[in-house]
Amino acid sequence: MESKVNRSAEINERFVDLFQTSRGRIERNSSKLINSFRSSAMDRFRELGVPGKKNEAYRYTNLEPWFGSNYKSFFVPEPEDFGAAEDFRCEVETLDTHTLILLNGYFPTSNGGIIELPDGVKVGSLARASEIFPEIVESHYGKYAVDGTDGLIPLNTALASDGIYVYVPAGITCSKPIQIINLVEATEDIMVHHRNLIVVEEQASVDLIVCDHALSPRKFLTNAVTEVYVGPSARFDILRVQNEHNSAGKITHTFIHQERDSIAGSNNITLHGGLVRNSTYHRLNGEGAEANAYGLYLADKWQHVDNFVNIDHAVPNCTSKQLFKGVLDDFATGAFNGRIYVSQDAQNTRAYQSNNSILLTDDAHMDTKPQLEIYADDVKCSHGATVGQLDEEALFYLRSRGISAVEARLMLMFGFAHEVIASIKTAALRDRIDNLVLQRLRGELSRCATCMINCDNK
Amino acid sequence: MLKIENLKAEIDGKMILKGVSLEVKKGELHAIMGPNGSGKSTLAAVLAGREFAEVKSGRVTYQGNDLLEMSPEDRSRKGIFLGFQYPIEIPGVSMVNFMKTAVNEHRKYRGLAPITASDFLKMMREKKELVELDSALTSRAVNEGFSGGEKKRNEIFQMAMLEPTLAILDETDSGLDIDALRVVANGVNKLKGPENATIVITHYQRLLDYIVPDFVHVLYDGRIVKSAGKELALELESKGYDWIKNEIDGE
Ligand SMILES: Nc1ncnc2c1ncn2[C@@H]1O[C@H](COP(=O)(O)OP(=O)(O)O)[C@@H](O)[C@H]1O
Ligand SMILES: [Mg+2]
Repeated sequence: MESKVNRSAEINERFVDLFQTSRGRIERNSSKLINSFRSSAMDRFRELGVPGKKNEAYRYTNLEPWFGSNYKSFFVPEPEDFGAAEDFRCEVETLDTHTLILLNGYFPTSNGGIIELPDGVKVGSLARASEIFPEIVESHYGKYAVDGTDGLIPLNTALASDGIYVYVPAGITCSKPIQIINLVEATEDIMVHHRNLIVVEEQASVDLIVCDHALSPRKFLTNAVTEVYVGPSARFDILRVQNEHNSAGKITHTFIHQERDSIAGSNNITLHGGLVRNSTYHRLNGEGAEANAYGLYLADKWQHVDNFVNIDHAVPNCTSKQLFKGVLDDFATGAFNGRIYVSQDAQNTRAYQSNNSILLTDDAHMDTKPQLEIYADDVKCSHGATVGQLDEEALFYLRSRGISAVEARLMLMFGFAHEVIASIKTAALRDRIDNLVLQRLRGELSRCATCMINCDNK
Repeated sequence: MLKIENLKAEIDGKMILKGVSLEVKKGELHAIMGPNGSGKSTLAAVLAGREFAEVKSGRVTYQGNDLLEMSPEDRSRKGIFLGFQYPIEIPGVSMVNFMKTAVNEHRKYRGLAPITASDFLKMMREKKELVELDSALTSRAVNEGFSGGEKKRNEIFQMAMLEPTLAILDETDSGLDIDALRVVANGVNKLKGPENATIVITHYQRLLDYIVPDFVHVLYDGRIVKSAGKELALELESKGYDWIKNEIDGE
């Protein structure tokens, strides 16, 4: 016990040291505004530390092996690194998107750092954006990424230099989805902190696709924070597709702040990854808002996937829905922790939650925990969780029609997963994800295959 | 075509089939009748390869091969079709994908290339018309939200798609109105040919107004206790199953 305490104290101390010794480099690649948050964030991290098992929200996920490892921190991007990353870009085929590449948390600044899309939509480097559009960034940055207990959020605020900035002005519907390809690539084990800010103003609408890749076979750890502001009557969807290798640790925190009558959807599709932890927060901050939090996790070997969801019904007349499904094979483990918080004033709240998992082996394991905190009286709320096996009767039904046992299992798994995919509104994207999931279940998904979202020829 | 010899099978240690023997030849139509719980569905399940019933002894040969050695999928590919008494709902698996996969697995087994998209659509359309299956149903997930009657029609639709050599229909008629019954009977009669055979399992003689069996067997308490021509069905209808029960149990 003593040594355990020492170990986590030692890990936390290493991050404090890292910050002190690297602060100059972190700040040179960032902006004055973002830098102004660092000191107090580091103080907060000192108080909270890397979450341990005592933190209710991390009960089923042991971060120590990931945070205790030695990484080189990727603080200075070299122009030639981006050259290699740019090669990764390929022809957009049926799926027409605006594509951005983030390499180890950095956006290439050679082109000025900000790309102007039609209708005043702007995308690019957050650090650059906070210099060019300080009033917009200032009114949103650091406002939504708030969690009273998770030390990884202030750690990100202290260490992240850059990330993606997306701005959709009021009334504008971004006709093409914006695709962010998050690459981690290095010849050494590295740790990446990046910070994204998405601003979708009143009555604006945008779809974001985030693809997480680990390109080189090294140990990686990413701790990323994304803040999203969804203005009144605005619409926002974020679809994250995670396809990293077994030595990659990916921790994402997505804070979606929703104003009145907004509709926002989050969907985390985890196809591969050594450790994956997605924390998704929807704050329903204006009446009539609707939040849909979805997730699909497919894990095998020793992979671990943990989804944490926090839906905060702060005002009356809002609706939220959570749907998370997963298939765990071999020794894989999964966790789901869905929190619904309904404040005292939030009358006429509707909040639904469902988590279903299939275990393919006796060694696979799933922990699922709803967490309801309801302080209003007029609330419609439901939650349900199942952990089971493939349906033997359904399997026999398929086989009795000549379908092989292998194919029948695949069809059932795919059918099970499809409910989550079916929620994707863009047909072309839905088909791509269907394909990826099918390949993944067939065991045919290569490291690179997620790029099929973007291309077919790599 | 099919020869069942003294088949005994148990479920959870309880003997359900207590020595069933039956021979079905090409071109024949057999009806198996009997009271609830007598083992009709268990017999059908054993023939299709469902493993919940454990075969303790006896033999089943199908086209000269040991049927009990084959996987359920191989039995299907070799022409056996089971119409389920209680068809299974499979959310997330579309009827189209299900049928296309099944048809292609059958084709692969026969060394044929996968069916083209247009041929498949044409085939679906024809067979749907044959069983008067609502077109909307095939765009849904397998049996999901289908009514009882729609599920039964869907079984006959699948049978028509797969064109089996030996069809075993387990109470496909129960719970159907007259229209649906006519459709089911029509499907069975269309399939009938000199190279095929059918076993209809039914509780009522009603279906046999539309389908004329060559043989009628009564399965009772895990045994075939009576076999005769189509007139047996009428006798059962008028005298009821108690007649059989009394006769057997009274011995
Ligand atoms: N899955 C099962 N588990 C245990 N017992 C079963 C199961 N299926 C059927 N049985 C038993 O086997 C016997 C025969 O059932 P079944 O074959 O369904 O009869 P039938 O189709 O003639 O009505 C019954 O006593 C029934 O309770
Ligand atoms: Mg039965």
